[in-house]
Amino acid sequence: MLLKELSSLASPLSQGQIEKLKQLTAELNAVQLAWVSGYLAATANAGQLTPAVDTQAAQMLTILYGSQTGNGHGVAKALADKAQAQGYAVNLASMGEYNVRQLKQETVLLLVVSTHGEGEAPDDAIELHKFLASKRAPKLDNLHYSVLALGDSSYEFFCQTGKDFDARLAALGAKSLLPLIECDVDYETAASQWHAEVLNSVKPLIQVSSANVVSIGAVKTTQVNEFTKQNPYLAEVLVSQKITGNGSDRDVRHVEIDLGESGLTYQVGDALGVWFSNNEVLVDEVLAALSLAADEIVTLGSQSLTLKQALLNNKELTQLYPGLVKAWADLSGNVELLALSEDKEQVRHFILKHQFADLVAQYPLVNGANTLSAIKLIELLRPLTPRLYSIASSQSEVETEVHLTVALVEDERHGAARFGGASHFLASAAEGTQVKVYVEPNKHFRLPENPATPVIMVGPGTGVAPFRAFMQERVAQGVQADSWLFFGNPHFEQDFLYQTEWQQYLKNGDLSRIDVAFSRDQAHKIYVQHRIKEQAKTLWQWLENGAHLYICGDAERMAKDVHQALIEVAIEVGGLDIGAAEAYFDTLRSDKRYQKDVY
Amino acid sequence: MSEQKLALNEYLKTDSNYLRGTITEGLDSSVTGSFSDSDQQLIKFHGFYQQDDRDLRNERKEQKLEPLYSFMLRARVPGGVCTPQQWLGVDEIASTLTSSNSIRLTTRQTFQYHGIPKRNLKPLIQGLDREALDSIAACGDVNRNVMCNPNPVESRLHQQAYAVAKQLSDHLLPHTRAYAEIWLDKEKLLSTEDETVEPVYGKTYLPRKFKMAVAVPPDNDVDVYTNDLGFIAIAEKGELVGFNLTAGGGMGSTHGEVETFPRLGDDLGFIKAADVMKFAEAVMTVQRDWGNRSNRKRSRLKYTIVDHGYEKFKAEVEARAGVKFEPKRDVVIGDRGDRYGWVEGVDGKWHLTLYIESGRVKDYPGKTLQTGLREIAKIHQGDFRMTSNQNMIIAGVAAEDKATIEGLARKHGLLGQVITQTRGHSIACVALPTCPLAMAEAERYFPEFIDHIDALQAKHGISEQAIVVRMTGCPNGCARPFAAEIGLVGKAPGRYNLYLGASFEGTRLNKMHRENIQEAEILAELDTLFGRYATERNAGETFGNFTVRIGVVKAVIDAAKDFHG
Repeated sequence: MLLKELSSLASPLSQGQIEKLKQLTAELNAVQLAWVSGYLAATANAGQLTPAVDTQAAQMLTILYGSQTGNGHGVAKALADKAQAQGYAVNLASMGEYNVRQLKQETVLLLVVSTHGEGEAPDDAIELHKFLASKRAPKLDNLHYSVLALGDSSYEFFCQTGKDFDARLAALGAKSLLPLIECDVDYETAASQWHAEVLNSVKPLIQVSSANVVSIGAVKTTQVNEFTKQNPYLAEVLVSQKITGNGSDRDVRHVEIDLGESGLTYQVGDALGVWFSNNEVLVDEVLAALSLAADEIVTLGSQSLTLKQALLNNKELTQLYPGLVKAWADLSGNVELLALSEDKEQVRHFILKHQFADLVAQYPLVNGANTLSAIKLIELLRPLTPRLYSIASSQSEVETEVHLTVALVEDERHGAARFGGASHFLASAAEGTQVKVYVEPNKHFRLPENPATPVIMVGPGTGVAPFRAFMQERVAQGVQADSWLFFGNPHFEQDFLYQTEWQQYLKNGDLSRIDVAFSRDQAHKIYVQHRIKEQAKTLWQWLENGAHLYICGDAERMAKDVHQALIEVAIEVGGLDIGAAEAYFDTLRSDKRYQKDVY
Repeated sequence: MSEQKLALNEYLKTDSNYLRGTITEGLDSSVTGSFSDSDQQLIKFHGFYQQDDRDLRNERKEQKLEPLYSFMLRARVPGGVCTPQQWLGVDEIASTLTSSNSIRLTTRQTFQYHGIPKRNLKPLIQGLDREALDSIAACGDVNRNVMCNPNPVESRLHQQAYAVAKQLSDHLLPHTRAYAEIWLDKEKLLSTEDETVEPVYGKTYLPRKFKMAVAVPPDNDVDVYTNDLGFIAIAEKGELVGFNLTAGGGMGSTHGEVETFPRLGDDLGFIKAADVMKFAEAVMTVQRDWGNRSNRKRSRLKYTIVDHGYEKFKAEVEARAGVKFEPKRDVVIGDRGDRYGWVEGVDGKWHLTLYIESGRVKDYPGKTLQTGLREIAKIHQGDFRMTSNQNMIIAGVAAEDKATIEGLARKHGLLGQVITQTRGHSIACVALPTCPLAMAEAERYFPEFIDHIDALQAKHGISEQAIVVRMTGCPNGCARPFAAEIGLVGKAPGRYNLYLGASFEGTRLNKMHRENIQEAEILAELDTLFGRYATERNAGETFGNFTVRIGVVKAVIDAAKDFHG
């Protein structure tokens, strides 16, 4: 709804106040307006002046999102926009910013939440997730809710966090508007369907009124990028430079991309979404294996294109999902695959080690040629999704460039080389290669607002990427605060990513210290968590002095091992018991002093 | 006369607290594989140099990685003698703690490791210590590894000569406990007075490296005249009685700087065996006190003798030793090569000399040299001797064990290939990619170069004539190129200076014939000369003497005047 249509009836403001507001806003352009709205929201929030009193809350749709990658935010934001367009008053917020005490005043709560690793909640959802399961959680008899869960069906605990929220809200007496929506990696269709259905179902509950959207906690207005996931910017690769030594068994690339005149901006901590084309060799292999003609015309939505083009640019070929394994088992009638597809654990293991081309090669269709039409193939395959990379640069330093640290995913199966789709695309990109990109903000991975705050950065492997960005940013801003990097990889000589840059930062005093763990340079393996334990005393001191702690990299093992090491530090040096140690880091987390960018 | 500013290294030595510097701190820095600039000078005294893979320099710069640093460590093995047990330890270290996974036999009868990452230095030195080996003073401004003819045919005389070499090495070792403290975790002793820390060297050690060799005539495999101090053994009835002493030899020079030059030692006279330590200490302390400490390019003993004059130097040595030189004894200096294959010593023991190409002990496909020596070491009852031609002698084999040893040597490709006379007399230094001084290839290219020489000699029918060919990547002269009949000294990738006219025996230097030429020109030049040599040589005339006689190059008699003149 527009401000000029605002009346005193539909707002807590008096008519006089509304006139003043109208006068002021008439002079503002779009950017200024966005800034003012954020500024006012923040002021209100900081002063605990909840603009929504009980009656107001009763008229509001509260939409909360919790997600690591920004997909959840996107789905929630789109819902908020639609709801607002239909005249609902909307309170849109990240779960991390939501005041749990407000919960019992809500009438409609719509949640979008993703799941990570072994069924874990994303960082910004952890607090609410815990709260709902705790004794402090209030009865929610008056609450209506719906949960959209984002997940990846190749993981065992698919949509687990969404399931948890659904179950806990129900247990507290809240009534579900719709059954839990479980979305896989290709969530877009299901999400828009949910938007429509859920707004339908709230119609009888909430009167459409004329209120504005309240966005809590948008302290800093970030410039709105016009390029998005759906409308990416066509950028150019400047450099794709291998930064592991010639004796390394891994190929890690430093990729520089020119954002040109796009006006795209990002903050350190953000990720870059990268659309890529599949490897032509792989596409040809699939076409040949299925005896399909490359130039057959297929339809994707409203678009007509050749089958080869579709496989190159529109379809997912490098990541399998359980549904595809099952479908292929049915198509091929292969007994072995059929048996496998019944066992979730086996499927999960299988899809980590295989691609669609392997499926086709190992379990050929019985009648050979022409058993699978081009149309059927297109239906079978999921749409290509962009990959997110933590940005390894700061615009204060590189201006219109964006840098990434990309580990080439490569494997060999039955003599055939298999690559990760995006990493291979970027690793083999010559200068000038065009690549579609967009910025995926990650406001849960931000440098401290007070620049004097010390930072501890734990980033083994390509997890070091955002810390390169952090260092660039702090140096460019002339920040004179302590910083400490933990880095690890297999070999010192071969895999010390950005070694010369860290040396320079150390030499200039920009980086206070670095501790490195090279796992394969000695008989016993040493990882970053071992270095953390070795430095327990100093690390504890830093934390007690207010340091912010960041972890980036592998979620499945590293982040957990590091967390465990931190707990042990708190126990051994801080003298806490295990419960207090966990609570210590929970507090750090909710104070935004313990942030993770793990995948 | 105003005092000249001392060379930078002199200050480093003075401030190093007897060679400690900040080596320990450098070891602890895990962000770099290198040591600080000043420590890089000090670590040489501990036996190793910092190097990097020059092939990868540019590539790694783009990879945002520092140069691929590693260390070359040279052991101190007086006379090149070690036990099979020690060799097994040496071999194990190469396989576990170095990236080159090889052992390099050197031109000074020791072995060196290439490709040691910084983190492995300490375990490696401790590993050597367990085998009663060390690397103290294997590099640096001190008395380096003492050479001694290793051919034990004259077993008793050799034993006596070897004892002298060992004694020289041990007696003139730096006394600082820095090595023990840093590498072997030995307790730190309270600081003592300067004189007692280093009674001979003092706080600043020598102005430059100092090399000694003991020759047992007629062999001159140790190239005795190329050393700062040379001992030519004189025997009477098979018993060592003393030495002809030589002083002032040295190879190192700098391209384009005529005030630097290689030089062969001067004969000083005969000394009795009992006076060896007196004279060694006297020569070393004269050099310590008189040597040039302002210009490291002019700081070897050879320049001290040239600058102060032979007579004055000799008188000072006699004064310090408290003994006068006797007239030098007549002695025949002969071959600088090794005696390949089996020879029987006077005591009835057998010795097998194995040709090791460029001294590189490594397993190659079909030529498992490292494994071969390991297998031999497991059963061998005698000892191992490294030669100054970078070869290995399996010494002291009982007649009944010959067949087993030979079988192993043949099985692993250590024996069996035909070595031409010239190849058997020729050596090359390490050079690229690890040596920071190299301007051109040596070790990697030399075998191929010798193939061409062999072919040319065959073409002209002179294959039976051994020619001493030596190649180095720079003019510092690790492979003693200026004492070669054909010397090739690197100028730039693929380009060498060609030196001719040294004597076969190592008693006369060569002289530059062509500058900065490539393989084709070198070979064309030698083709012509070999052609003339085949038809114009006198009976028994060696190639080096021939090139001087026909006037291709002028004989170098007084290096200071003739080498560049």
